[in-house]
Amino acid sequence: MKRTLAFLAGTTALALLSTTAYAETKLTIGTVNNGDMIRMQKLTDDFTKSNPDIKLEWVTLEENVLRQKVTTDIATKGGQFDVLTIGTYEVPIWGKKGWLVPLTKIDDAADLLPAISGGLTVDGKLYAAPFYGESSMVMYRKDLMDKAGLKMPDAPTWKFIAEAAAKMTDKATDTYGVCLRGKAGWGENVAFITATANSFGARWFDEKWHPQFDSPEWKAALDFYVKLLKDSGPPGAAGNGFNENLALFNAGKCGMWIDATVAASFVTNPKDSKVADKVGFALAPDNGLGKRGNWLWAWSLAIPAGSQKAEAAEKFVSWATSKHYTELVASKEGWANVPPGTRSSLYANAEYAKVPFAKMTLDSINAADPVHPTVKPVPYTGVQFVAIPEFQGLGTTVGQTFSAALAGKMTVDEALKSAQDTVTAEMTKAGYIK
Amino acid sequence: MATSETRLAGRILAAPSILLLLIWMIVPLALTVYFSLLHYNLLDGYAQSSFTGVNNFYYFIKDPAFLTSIWNTFVLVGSVLVITVLGGIGMGLLLDQDIWGQGPARIMVIAPFFVMATVSALIWKNLFMNPISGLFAWVSTSFGFTPIDWFTDYPMVAIIIIVAWQWLPFAALIFMTALQSLDGEQKDAAQMDGAPPISYFAYIVLPHLARPITVVILIESIFLLGIFAEIFVTTGGGPGLATTNLPFLVYREALLKYDVGGAAAGGLIAVVIANIVSIFLTRLVGKNLES
Amino acid sequence: MARRATFSRRVTMTAITWVLAFAIFFPILWMIQTSFKSELDAFALPPKFFNFHWTTENYSVVQDRSDYFRFALNSIILSGGATLLGLLVGIPAAWSMAFAPTKNTKQVLLWMLSTKMMPATGVLIPIYVLYQWLGWFDTHIGLIIILFLGNLPIMIWMLYTYFKEIPGEILEAARMDGATRWKEIVYVLAPMAVPGIASTVLLNVILSWNEAFWTLNLTTTTAAPLTAFIASYSSPEGLFWAKLSAASTLAVAPILILGWFSQKQLVRGLTFGAVK
Repeated sequence: MKRTLAFLAGTTALALLSTTAYAETKLTIGTVNNGDMIRMQKLTDDFTKSNPDIKLEWVTLEENVLRQKVTTDIATKGGQFDVLTIGTYEVPIWGKKGWLVPLTKIDDAADLLPAISGGLTVDGKLYAAPFYGESSMVMYRKDLMDKAGLKMPDAPTWKFIAEAAAKMTDKATDTYGVCLRGKAGWGENVAFITATANSFGARWFDEKWHPQFDSPEWKAALDFYVKLLKDSGPPGAAGNGFNENLALFNAGKCGMWIDATVAASFVTNPKDSKVADKVGFALAPDNGLGKRGNWLWAWSLAIPAGSQKAEAAEKFVSWATSKHYTELVASKEGWANVPPGTRSSLYANAEYAKVPFAKMTLDSINAADPVHPTVKPVPYTGVQFVAIPEFQGLGTTVGQTFSAALAGKMTVDEALKSAQDTVTAEMTKAGYIK
Repeated sequence: MATSETRLAGRILAAPSILLLLIWMIVPLALTVYFSLLHYNLLDGYAQSSFTGVNNFYYFIKDPAFLTSIWNTFVLVGSVLVITVLGGIGMGLLLDQDIWGQGPARIMVIAPFFVMATVSALIWKNLFMNPISGLFAWVSTSFGFTPIDWFTDYPMVAIIIIVAWQWLPFAALIFMTALQSLDGEQKDAAQMDGAPPISYFAYIVLPHLARPITVVILIESIFLLGIFAEIFVTTGGGPGLATTNLPFLVYREALLKYDVGGAAAGGLIAVVIANIVSIFLTRLVGKNLES
Repeated sequence: MARRATFSRRVTMTAITWVLAFAIFFPILWMIQTSFKSELDAFALPPKFFNFHWTTENYSVVQDRSDYFRFALNSIILSGGATLLGLLVGIPAAWSMAFAPTKNTKQVLLWMLSTKMMPATGVLIPIYVLYQWLGWFDTHIGLIIILFLGNLPIMIWMLYTYFKEIPGEILEAARMDGATRWKEIVYVLAPMAVPGIASTVLLNVILSWNEAFWTLNLTTTTAAPLTAFIASYSSPEGLFWAKLSAASTLAVAPILILGWFSQKQLVRGLTFGAVK
């Protein structure tokens, strides 16, 4: 029995040795399975050619699984990853805790869009390099808009969206005026509803960290959202996230879709979309209060503190987020496929300006302000999230109640009361409310 | 037959497995008990954790989600057991008939058992139950009905369907094997006597299946109490708390709230509940397995 | 089987069984078919049953992106290793419980089964800390051990029920002939228990193959099996139904084929002592 164990352990160890013996520095990179990252994996020859002593190992996972893995790993100092793909939510929190290595050798850091790099900087140090950035905007069907006899302004109001949605809806032909996120999750419906609520003048917390779900602004925002989707949304909206809505929009079922700017390259791609030539773009709507309902997010590359391979890792991070990489993608796959939303120079490029969604993406990103996200002052940063460790749990719970309100299992008032109660309890437990 | 020497040998041979399982249980259990007494948020790090007594247990039980999740767990386990046992007996009886192509039919029935839980959940969710593009929606629209919005209106039913689909083959397989062992002469005799199918089933088949049924219930309960992937992939526990079962609630504590203490407490409570169930099962199985 | 069926009865029974069996199998068939569609066709309404352009593009995209065979090899190593270890520890234990039972045997068995009821999510952090301390992250041995221990209770119980069906007199007789205990196990017991052991092995391989929580959380690259392969295809940004179907088909195929070929074995043995 013991001998067998020893034998097994021995053979396994041998197998491991044989695979690692020749590898010089092996970087394990954890990343999400989105298109831009998949493309990067294919282009790494360019990097390994000039850095033959570095070997790259990819761990590509679905967003939720990846997040839970890298968070567990970094919090327990497991050391399974050398480069992490994380978002604007994690970077400020982890940076403040000293879990990340400050980056100093990034290619032309001054060129990064201020709205993006601001969200990745803590105390003047850049803790992650943005790989691609995104905001949200309105994508709409020009043909259906014409049919309804309307014209989409560049900067619509929520009132216009509701009217247009009602007119475009034709349930007999499975056409729905507006598709929005309804699936529960802090990165799904909560992201959309929080950004929307910002434009209605609502906020998650007041300056003393007291939850504000009992405010009239929240009631107005959630009422509007639920009514809009009930009247003009598709069936099953409470289960629709980014992908479900993308599929619906591409199949020609949605008149408008308000979601991440990266979606623009999918809905205009004739290979995946039935409506590729009929799509127009506009800024996310507002309510005349000075804040628009768009968010800000950047998938970014970071290096865990204490990594033995920080130097090699930074070389890689710098390569992946450089202008050189942008040009590499452009030369191989066309300008429409370069990772968007991180550098000013990209938007100054005449070639890139020809991409139909380039300008609207930049305008949307610039319209978002993670440091002052709301009409009234707040003690937190983050547009569609609150950059505190507790938010992920809070957002999950609140997301469940919002999706229940959308599904008709709760009224809006019940949902807000439940949100107010649970958030108050959690914030008290966590020591924010004294 | 057990001589004292046999008994000694028995102890020695059983020892490694018992020892390993003890370690497997006790080491994580001890750590879990320890963590359950701490206020320990993963994101704050272990260094900042502090002793908090039984607070974690208190918060976990007080959470309105707790009772809902227990109820959901039992609804899920109970319904799937009923469906798979009844369906499994039916399918087992059919497969035991003298039909053409028994082999291929049997293969088709067994197949779902080999499919990974995540895969089957993804397939059902996206290709079948999607209210717009799913196959079910298409079927109901073609007959002039409004498509059912499964994961909004009947989320628990949807989960039950998926899980039952995975476990029906297992039950059918065991019942089929059991039926095949039913004495052929007995079957013949019953038919000669002209016994009506119903009484044949009630007096001969059913008693014969008593033991297989308890076995199916026991094995399935062990796995069904821990159902997680299907919920994670499809509803994420919602809408609201409609499909949050105990394992999912613990997951929420551990990996969405990063509340290690709370998750440990929840895990321990789940073990206690599982043990109550297993005591109940012991009674049930013990009675039927004595031979 | 022995019942002589009339012709019309046989036809009806065959029809009913086949319709139901097909319904049960249909989701898998649909998944395989979707894997040969383009992403737009996979989402098309009304659904396209045969009138679509068959393409193997999804498979080449999947293989291009992730090395399927490396993941598959890991799945084989992990489920094989876990099952092997399980047999080594499980057979002696089951033997002793079946032939030298004490008054606690039944309790011990049920206690073993109850260890399976701890929700994995609750012990993730303790196990994570433990594995870090042992240096077992992303190693085959680490994963084999956790899969082995997770399934050991079921294994022991299955083996126990088979062994119990073997009449004690045969062993007695062998012992009279002067067989030692090892000879008794190897030459007398083992041959009689082969069907039982075979189906135990099969069931364990299936369970280990499909285990998706620990294999996902404790591996990155070296030991990552097919469950991790699947996780890189579910819900990315963009359309993914056809590619996911292709990846799923690839992940399920080996175990499905194994299951089909060995289903006679499985059926014969998968009874947990339920028959009789």
